[in-house]
Amino acid sequence: MEEKKLAIIATKGTLDWGYPPFILASTAAALGYETEIFFTFYGLQLLKKDLDLQVSPLGNPGMPMPMGMDKWFPVLGTALPGMQSVMTSMMKKKMASKGVASLEELRELAQEAEVRMIACQMTVDLFEMDTSEFIDGVEYAGAARFFEFAGESDICLYI
Amino acid sequence: MADQELDASGLNCPLPILRAKKTLNGMEAGKVLHIIATDPGSVKDFEAFCKQTGNVLTESKEEGGKFHFLITKS
Repeated sequence: MEEKKLAIIATKGTLDWGYPPFILASTAAALGYETEIFFTFYGLQLLKKDLDLQVSPLGNPGMPMPMGMDKWFPVLGTALPGMQSVMTSMMKKKMASKGVASLEELRELAQEAEVRMIACQMTVDLFEMDTSEFIDGVEYAGAARFFEFAGESDICLYI
Repeated sequence: MADQELDASGLNCPLPILRAKKTLNGMEAGKVLHIIATDPGSVKDFEAFCKQTGNVLTESKEEGGKFHFLITKS
């Protein structure tokens, strides 16, 4: 049985958007897929050694809030200073209590499962990011390099 | 009886599968891995895992509130 291929483009850098690429990639790798993730724009945040991803209910009407707050809490309230940090830490606590793996753990498992991680060189240059802040084992390349793999992939996801 | 045990209780998707894969990698063909999990999603996950990887799911049952799986490495 020939190995299937999964290509993922990760473009978002928030806590809620950080999970799908790593969960899908590590699960696919466990199922025997050859997997590659191309991190671009805010997805590059997922490659930092020290992950400090945030999540905010502001502009996120789909985000469930505790105590039924999503029913009555005014949107303007979600823009108050400190709200983002509070919501992020509540989300993290919830995840821990439910036995959800941390992003660092998932990322490590993905790398262990030989998921290839490629950082978009252009975006790194654009945002003048310091690559010493990124984890090891990342390849720096452009879109064409990604298409080399994506063009052959059985599944290609844009996250 | 199982050659190796893996307790994945309290771990949620995709951890049971990932841990199982890692453990199976270090096992010889023909050996049996016994996995205990509490994640209800793991039932379907292990079925798919075995189908996809060619390992054999020799047993899948629920006992004492936990899910037990026996996978024979192929």
